[in-house]
Amino acid sequence: MKKKLGRLTFWKSAAVVIAIFGIYSLIIRFTKGLGASTNLSDMVPWGLWIGFDFIGVGLAAAGFTIAATAHIFHNHKYESIARPAILSAYIGYMMVVALLVIDLGKPENFWHPLVMWNVHSVMFEITWCVICYSTILTIEFAPVVLEKFKFNKLLKIVKKITPAAIILGVLFSTLHQSSFGSLYLIVPAKVYPLWYSSFLPIHFFISCIAAGLSMIILSAYLCARAFKQGLNIRILSGLGKGVLVVLAIELVFKFSELFSTGKISLLFVHASETYFFWLEIILGSVIPIWILTNPKYKANRMGLYFAAIFTISGFILNRMNVCVTSLVRSSGQSYSPSFEEISITLFLVLVSILAFKFIVENFQVFEKEETNTKVETSKEEIETNLETI
Amino acid sequence: MSESILNIDNQFGLLFDASECIGCGRCYEACKEQNHLPATNKDFLKDHLSDKTYTVVEEYGDTYARKMCMHCLEPACVSVCPVGAFEKTELGPVLYDADKCIGCRYCMQACPHNVPRYEWGSVSPRVRKCNLCYDRLKKGELTACAEACPVEATISGKLSDLIAEAKRRIKENPDKYYPHIYGLEEAGGSNVLIISPVPLEQLGYSPKVPKQSMPTFTMQAMEKIPSVVSVGGLFLTGMYWLTKRKNQLVKEEHQTEEGQ
Repeated sequence: MKKKLGRLTFWKSAAVVIAIFGIYSLIIRFTKGLGASTNLSDMVPWGLWIGFDFIGVGLAAAGFTIAATAHIFHNHKYESIARPAILSAYIGYMMVVALLVIDLGKPENFWHPLVMWNVHSVMFEITWCVICYSTILTIEFAPVVLEKFKFNKLLKIVKKITPAAIILGVLFSTLHQSSFGSLYLIVPAKVYPLWYSSFLPIHFFISCIAAGLSMIILSAYLCARAFKQGLNIRILSGLGKGVLVVLAIELVFKFSELFSTGKISLLFVHASETYFFWLEIILGSVIPIWILTNPKYKANRMGLYFAAIFTISGFILNRMNVCVTSLVRSSGQSYSPSFEEISITLFLVLVSILAFKFIVENFQVFEKEETNTKVETSKEEIETNLETI
Repeated sequence: MSESILNIDNQFGLLFDASECIGCGRCYEACKEQNHLPATNKDFLKDHLSDKTYTVVEEYGDTYARKMCMHCLEPACVSVCPVGAFEKTELGPVLYDADKCIGCRYCMQACPHNVPRYEWGSVSPRVRKCNLCYDRLKKGELTACAEACPVEATISGKLSDLIAEAKRRIKENPDKYYPHIYGLEEAGGSNVLIISPVPLEQLGYSPKVPKQSMPTFTMQAMEKIPSVVSVGGLFLTGMYWLTKRKNQLVKEEHQTEEGQ
């Protein structure tokens, strides 16, 4: 018990430190500008923050996959995880939007894409999809709030438009998840060939599904420890199967493309890109596929949790590889994030975790609520999430 | 995009001839003066493009090379900017509007020639680059750099005339030139053309720049959006009704079984 209390204080103080550093860095960012607060430069105009936007949106992909499985394909087994999935997507998107605005050179002009249109721009399309999808997530999540405050009339209206909203949500998600990959189509000469592909949008779309589903498995684990809300193993192993299928498709797709475009020899060149690529493949594809096909682990909670953690790590590495590693050679400049970039990112993660915790504690996100008994330890547990992210 | 390549005949541009350039730096000085830019380096040959320097002269052995915005015919920056802060003008220059800009820096990431620079030190930073002296071109004047050049290494004029002039110089002096006009096809063509005595990659012009216009790389994905939306929408709506109906039938079956 004493040891537990000690750890609790550790996580609490870690949170306080992250908050102080984060707020300090935000002040620097807005008073001194991007040059003073980031390691970005003319040759490396995009860094950690853009990568983190990709990661945040990708990990939130469970929001649309689970909503579609439960409410469009009417697979009732997954209904119980639809709400937590939508909530984590909602919070994920809010975080990404906040980070995008912080990253803008002129954040005061953030509303310009609403009135100044350029339909040829992938960035314009992404902006609109993110705005529309955030609105849809609001509709999808509204029942949780409306139930609590008993706004029954409004609840009825919301429930009526929900199926259409979910279908639109899947479409918007498909578009902008893939469009993050499309951002790099226009720089064929800059992206290292192992990552450049005219199918980049499809790679981004497929990989976000595996990452999103893994995120559900992982948060089920964290919530099980924090809120005593374990998921039943049928749902978990169902999700695991989903992850396996998607990972296998992506791996076969990736390698057959490397073969057909004659890039396969690059896999054996002595270069840092090669090692990063292999690390991504081994962490994010080979190991989780091995776990998920192993009869001993695939129906075992710990096995599934580990498969999820590996899939997510591989996913994070993939996105950072595309937006940092793959461009180092052509830019002729290396980049590592500044203290301010890192601490602002961690601060936003902290805020997201606290928001998730607050909503789960005060609204009925999980079915059959029996929280509050173990709320004391919850914070500590959720914050282990921070480590993994 | 099509509107930007409409009237190539009315467009102006620059021809830089590295065989003629003597490395005097007058173009560099003239550009600074024209754009009211502060001094950035005592030795102009060691300067580099920045938010305060829109063109540079670089030394490669005894050959000099100029770097600046190429003013592509179908510019990547114009196509990627989410708010349309870049514009390909009818006269050729690619212009930037800081009032529209949100500062996403996609233009910098997308530019095949790595040209746009950013005011990193500012709290309301702008993208900075050569504007091909748009105001002077409109008045029928030469660009500041071309006017300043004492040896016709940089000349400005109608794009079609410049192409003809570049071809003429190469044809008449085949020993003096490497037979390639950089910018004629690179990135789908640009209003700035470069000819040189040596292969252009030896002067720091990237040989990796594709020959096709950059926006086409994005269009092949963007043009699929309407079909993804319509086919996807139909499929999902169909699945919604089908699976709902299926579940209903299963339920009814159970009920009738229980009834019996």
